[in-house]
Amino acid sequence: MSSTDTLRTSADDAAGVEAGLDALETVPLQRTPVTVVLRRKVLPPVLGVVVVLAVWQLAYSLELTTPDKLPSPADVWDSLTELWYAGTLFSIIWTSVWRGLSGFLLSVLIGTPIGLLVAQVKPVRAALGPVLSGLQSLPSVAWVPAAVIWLGINNSAMYAVILLGAVPSIANGLIAGVDQVPPVFLRAGQTLGATGLRGARHILLPAALPGYLAGLKQGWAFSWRSLMAAELIASSPDLGLGLGRYLENQREFTNMSGVLLGILLILTVGVAIDLLFFSPLERHVLRSRGLLVTTR
Amino acid sequence: MTTALTTSPDAPGAGHPDGDFAVRLSHVHKTFGRPGTAAPVLDDISLTVAPGEFVTLLGASGCGKSTLLNLVAGLDRPTSGTIDVPGGRPALMFQDHALFPWLTAGKNIELALRLAGVAKAERQAEAERLLELVRLGGSYKKRVHELSGGMRQRVALARSLAQGSQVLLMDEPFAALDAITRDVLHNEITRIWAERRLAVLFVTHNVREAVRLAERVVLLSSRPGRIAREWRIDLPQPRRIESAGVADLSIEITEELRGEIRRHVQH
Repeated sequence: MSSTDTLRTSADDAAGVEAGLDALETVPLQRTPVTVVLRRKVLPPVLGVVVVLAVWQLAYSLELTTPDKLPSPADVWDSLTELWYAGTLFSIIWTSVWRGLSGFLLSVLIGTPIGLLVAQVKPVRAALGPVLSGLQSLPSVAWVPAAVIWLGINNSAMYAVILLGAVPSIANGLIAGVDQVPPVFLRAGQTLGATGLRGARHILLPAALPGYLAGLKQGWAFSWRSLMAAELIASSPDLGLGLGRYLENQREFTNMSGVLLGILLILTVGVAIDLLFFSPLERHVLRSRGLLVTTR
Repeated sequence: MTTALTTSPDAPGAGHPDGDFAVRLSHVHKTFGRPGTAAPVLDDISLTVAPGEFVTLLGASGCGKSTLLNLVAGLDRPTSGTIDVPGGRPALMFQDHALFPWLTAGKNIELALRLAGVAKAERQAEAERLLELVRLGGSYKKRVHELSGGMRQRVALARSLAQGSQVLLMDEPFAALDAITRDVLHNEITRIWAERRLAVLFVTHNVREAVRLAERVVLLSSRPGRIAREWRIDLPQPRRIESAGVADLSIEITEELRGEIRRHVQH
């Protein structure tokens, strides 16, 4: 056997070993079947709600307290159908959702550049970083009196309270996202020639996306909470009837089933927007990066 | 790219005429921290890599081999001395594959092509060609986490090649891989180096790996990093890491390396 033959055999052999290793080490990704998802992810929370309703009904049946303090689930359901037939249910929900979502989008538009600036410019960070963290722990309901004096009892005051609640958490999420970018990505980007604005666009921003999304999610929760607090406190015919105002009206009529309905609607809307919009987006981003560990 | 901090007229070449080199370091010093207070990391490094030459830099911890590579890559600047890379920004491969997890394997390569100024219409075809070259033809749409460690390093190699540089710097790129996978990647890098006539500067602390791959092995001493000795290796490629020729030379170089390390015993 000549020496070139030996070399050729060895090269073919190497390719074979390589292909074999690739096959051995590639684990096919399996999608969990729908039935399993239903059983593991959907069934437990549904059962939880059923248990809560059962306990509630039990407490009502045992007459632990008077019905004007604890109405039955059926009474609350009646309040809901009443709103439905009066044709006001959706207009109440929409008044608040519209305000909450547009306030949230405005917060994104303002919080994002602030976050980038604080994350990337050292003096700005030293000056604004602690202020942003501090604002995040201040309940935004504390801003309602100030907003009312500055702006009057109107939509602008509502938006101001939402912004003061949501902008800090969106900015802080982006800052955390940028801080957590592994330095090796930045070095790799640099060697590939991604510096300055090209580096920000192709490396820094996509790498910071998971933290940013977490900030957006929290920003929505803060927007919604701030808005409900503001609607509860500030009362004016200019504001229209939103969920917070509906809840406060029911308290004034001492209509406990209306109050409970108000609370449940606020809860449902907050959770629904998170489940329909933010959670799928976050899951998609994390899964595509292999950051989501599938629970077995 | 020319990093000229001090000009030195007597740039030494390792037997190459001036102007015929891929990388040239002349009297490179590197100190971190304030000058004068900290001990130098690199001390008077002069080294020339010819076009198409495969050089491994070998050394124990503290020899500044990664620092040296960062300097050649332009990620850091020497305290004094000059570094010339006439072909422009060299490609750099890390121990960590450093692939971007928000992009597919193919799009990682396309980003490198885009940043290198390749026209949009040609990028996808070129990325597919590069994946074929590292024998990952079917992996264009794979995400980074769907690939094994060895496959990731091959995509990283393809991405480095996409930069179009004739100089490839490799910073212990196979150190985190198991022995079998590493062996496979040694064959790959040898094949691609020969096909593309690249100049490779490969950093490792693994003596056998250095001998398996290189035409020239450069041994660095530690603290400060200085060039201690170098060997030319004329064994034909592709070599086997278990072969007698590689083993014999590895023993000789290991002895020398151990001698360098023993010098640091505190008395």
